[in-house]
Amino acid sequence: MNVTVAILKRELGNYFATPVAYVFIVIFLVLSGVFTFYLGGLYERGQADLQPFFTFHPWLYLFLIPALSMRLWAEERRAGTLELLMTLPVSVGEAVLGKFLAAWLFTGIALALTFPVWITINYLGDADNPVILLSYLGSFLMAGAYLAVGACVSAFTRNQVITFVMSFVICLVFVLAGFPMVMDLFQGWAPQTLINAIGRMSFLSHFESITRGVIDLRDLIFFFSFIGAWLLANGIGVEMRKSG
Amino acid sequence: MTGIPTDTHAAIEVIALRKDFGRFTAVSDISFDVHTGEVLGFLGPNGAGKSTTMKMITGFLTPTRGRSRVAGFDVGQQPIEAKRRMGYLPEGAPAYGDMTVTAFLDFIARIRGYHGRERRRRVAVAIEKANLGSVVHKPVETLSKGFKRRVGLAQAILHDPPILIMDEPTDGLDPNQKHEVRELIREMASDKAILISTHILEEVDAICDRAIIIAQGSLLFDGTPQQLVSMSSLHNAVKLCFEDKIPEGAEACLRGLNEVIEVASDTVRHRLTVFPGNGKSIVGPVTQRVRDEGWRVEEIFVENGQLDEVFRRITRRDTPVQQVDVS
Repeated sequence: MNVTVAILKRELGNYFATPVAYVFIVIFLVLSGVFTFYLGGLYERGQADLQPFFTFHPWLYLFLIPALSMRLWAEERRAGTLELLMTLPVSVGEAVLGKFLAAWLFTGIALALTFPVWITINYLGDADNPVILLSYLGSFLMAGAYLAVGACVSAFTRNQVITFVMSFVICLVFVLAGFPMVMDLFQGWAPQTLINAIGRMSFLSHFESITRGVIDLRDLIFFFSFIGAWLLANGIGVEMRKSG
Repeated sequence: MTGIPTDTHAAIEVIALRKDFGRFTAVSDISFDVHTGEVLGFLGPNGAGKSTTMKMITGFLTPTRGRSRVAGFDVGQQPIEAKRRMGYLPEGAPAYGDMTVTAFLDFIARIRGYHGRERRRRVAVAIEKANLGSVVHKPVETLSKGFKRRVGLAQAILHDPPILIMDEPTDGLDPNQKHEVRELIREMASDKAILISTHILEEVDAICDRAIIIAQGSLLFDGTPQQLVSMSSLHNAVKLCFEDKIPEGAEACLRGLNEVIEVASDTVRHRLTVFPGNGKSIVGPVTQRVRDEGWRVEEIFVENGQLDEVFRRITRRDTPVQQVDVS
């Protein structure tokens, strides 16, 4: 546990020691503002909720999170620090978890910094705060799912551009799972149970059901098991590199 | 049950270690031991498999075959236990560049499980030993190569490990820095088992009790630096520097001595080099002959041998060795 925390602290410190943190947070805040107020038409809707704000999160994360996660392992390999880290008394699990949690906590900080939107909506009307809080939680869980994909992909290649593109594409598939673009790929050849399973993997549908203010255990289980599975694969990727 | 440390184990045991990368064999069935109190120099040309071997011993790479044990713990079976007991300076001394020296060492100390006052003490001692006092608040990436190397060294010795593995610890350092690092290694040597790789031969003479040489992935020599140097054809050769020119017939006269098998002359610098057979000491008979003949000799000295030459001969078997065969 101590080891995981030490890695988490180091990683989090690294975000703020480099411009990564500031660029990411500023772009995230600006874009979520633009999407909410212009595209989402928060004012025009005349409703005191943050639906327009949260609707764009899956799309915002789609390119911002792979940009954040692409360096997680790839950078360690490039700089040679992976050799240092993996020859310290650190298990692969501790390293994977420490790195992931740091990135997740960081996106949590970025998400928390959108609080002016929440203040605005409370100032403008009688907002449904429990739903907003739940939506924030849903958004945070979804960010974790994106990150787990990105972290895993990053462990398999040292090229950061490939990592970014691959993470983007895989996340896109999961965002759009259940939509014709993805389903049509599997229709006709894959067994129906697989198609149904893919249809239930959609980030969008799980996220939307949370943002509607309904806590469904299945949505929570989905995100946590999704993260767990990708982190497991991440660990396998790190382990595989040891055999050369 | 394996992996229980007992006194019968060497500090580092390498048993038939092999690493294949696809069809390329980087390390081929290498075995050796390092005992506590011993500094073992790991020699070989670049690309010989030194780093790959070290990466396997430290658990960064999984061997294709064979195994290694550190402090009695099998690196494959109990990697965490083994890693707790060793300090490792990887090639190029990688470190997290954005961190300051103190922050980096503090991170290492945390990972190594130190808390509070003990952690601060460990960091302070490592900084002092590696002579990093002047740069503690600078980010590692802004440091010179020499300082970076010392940060890597500080990281490796922070927990005062019984086993220390260093991949080219003095590479890229200036002569003063090299000297400091060697002093540090020598200081620590008495109660540790130290394995250092190098391609600098003088280093072997300077700090190692034993040396092994590998090339193309195979172990070619295992012995003391003195044994290594005695394999040189120059070992115990006697060099005579004459005042003006080499006396006529001197070369043939010396060649006539019993133990001498070759004499080389350097007419420009008025020198004769007398090579002994089997590396025997011939300084006695040679000086006797000089006295008997009444040659006016300015200087006589006995060569110890050249590591370079031995190294070349061992690692490149296809190339013929100088004039004399010592075997």
